[in-house]
Amino acid sequence: MTPALAIIFGVVVLAAGVGIWAGRRLPMNLENWTVGGRRFGLLLLWFLMAGEVYTTFTFLGASGWAYSRGAPTYYVMIYGTLAYAISFFLLPEIWRRGKRFGLHTQPDFFVQTFGSRALGVFVALVGVASLLPYLQLQLAGLGLIVEVASAGAVGAGVAIPAAFVLTCAFVFTSGLRGSAWVAIIKDVLMIAAVGIVGIGVPAIHFGGLGPMFKTLAARAPQHLVFPGSTASMGVAWVMSTVLLTGAGFYMWPHMFASAYSARSDSVIRRNAIIMPFYQLPILLVLGVGLTAFLVLPGLANGDMAFLTLVQKTYPAWFLGFVGAAGAVTAMVPASVLVLTASTLIAKNIYRAGFRPGASEQSVLRLSRAMVVVVMAAALVFALVFPNALVNLLLLGYDGVSQFFPAVVLSLVWKRTTKAGAFAGMAAGIGVAAVLVFGKRDPLWGLNAGFIALGVNAAVTVAVSLMSKRRSAHA
Amino acid sequence: MRKGRRRALLLGAVPFVTLVLALPFANRLRPTVLGLPFILFWIVLWVALTPLALFFADRLERRDRAVDREDEP
Repeated sequence: MTPALAIIFGVVVLAAGVGIWAGRRLPMNLENWTVGGRRFGLLLLWFLMAGEVYTTFTFLGASGWAYSRGAPTYYVMIYGTLAYAISFFLLPEIWRRGKRFGLHTQPDFFVQTFGSRALGVFVALVGVASLLPYLQLQLAGLGLIVEVASAGAVGAGVAIPAAFVLTCAFVFTSGLRGSAWVAIIKDVLMIAAVGIVGIGVPAIHFGGLGPMFKTLAARAPQHLVFPGSTASMGVAWVMSTVLLTGAGFYMWPHMFASAYSARSDSVIRRNAIIMPFYQLPILLVLGVGLTAFLVLPGLANGDMAFLTLVQKTYPAWFLGFVGAAGAVTAMVPASVLVLTASTLIAKNIYRAGFRPGASEQSVLRLSRAMVVVVMAAALVFALVFPNALVNLLLLGYDGVSQFFPAVVLSLVWKRTTKAGAFAGMAAGIGVAAVLVFGKRDPLWGLNAGFIALGVNAAVTVAVSLMSKRRSAHA
Repeated sequence: MRKGRRRALLLGAVPFVTLVLALPFANRLRPTVLGLPFILFWIVLWVALTPLALFFADRLERRDRAVDREDEP
């Protein structure tokens, strides 16, 4: 066994062990499993949310985009910051409703707010359809990272099933608390890896980040301002994209569950205050991609820029360390995604749609069984069609973003009706799907999902005004 | 809406003004600041200052809530 392989193996097994340990002596009921008993303090919530936000996309995708597209990648730093500002005002109210009515999931919120079980089933179906490709992407990213980091010794066909078993194990035993504890390991490793590589790579090749930018500004100045090396990602695209993704950020079903896990609304507000700091290391990730642009021109796949540059710059054992950080970086979001998708299927689709009388314990049993089923579905996709779902992932973000108008309006405008919410979301998802699959994205220089969001909000308000006021539920 | 809440929302709008509305004016290579192209420096600056805006928004909202508690009989 090479040192690189030993490091990857050791870290991944240790992380899963911590995840399983986190759930010891915790009586497992739906409340503890799905939202960690609503007992997370500031530190654990921060690790969990940061753990979900920094996915393999951040590692490979952002550096890959910086490599192949340049400036448009800056949007990654912006949209998270907008999302945290929104969350400062929005999440405490969502949390208070969750606490008051014992909500576990995002569809629970819709059922409670609009008094409609059918709306809950609809939201759950959109949620699961959006979560699956996201999960598949995590597994595919993990396979890629481990394969490169182990110098081909462990192929994706071995790494992905191994991560599958370990992740299922700690999700099954510990629920969300397991993910939060593994996220601690993940965040520390990830920041260390990004810090070392992000400072080291430009320093070794150019003598620092500043000189690297100077070289780049002389050689390819257009790469550093919008639209970078793209034709369609100008300032209007960046502005509409950050508004769309900033709005959609906390509309992911798993982010609702994380919000519910907080001990108090004050913990949520303080978390929102410090979260933007977590966006700053992305600057270093961009720097790695831009360094690769200068040092390694002509890579066929931009997503390989980060790993290839590390491979060229550092000894093999260090690549193992980056691989280990990358593997855990995939496992944490994967665990939260699979946990959420399973709960949505068991509680909000199966029970709400077919077995209204099912007990909490039987919902928990079914959720835990669904963990294996959902993971297996994502595994098959990741192994058989590694690229087929990329389009669906883009649509996934467009899809969950369409929850935003209904959620916000329901909190600030008492006239919002369930008919309005349903019509708005359906219209938004329809417009997004037509534009994205019809290859009309971006349209008029704007992100298609943003246009869909505007249609959605207008339809929600119009239909709400036309339909009957809901009975006082909130 | 309470005064504190209204001011807090204004502070919450800071990243939307600086990182969305102002982008067309900040989209330039020079001047280089701290070794970064201007647009990237601008983004990093306001990402780093947003926690400060939210911190003061939090203080304003807390003051509102403290007043609420004193009003209770």
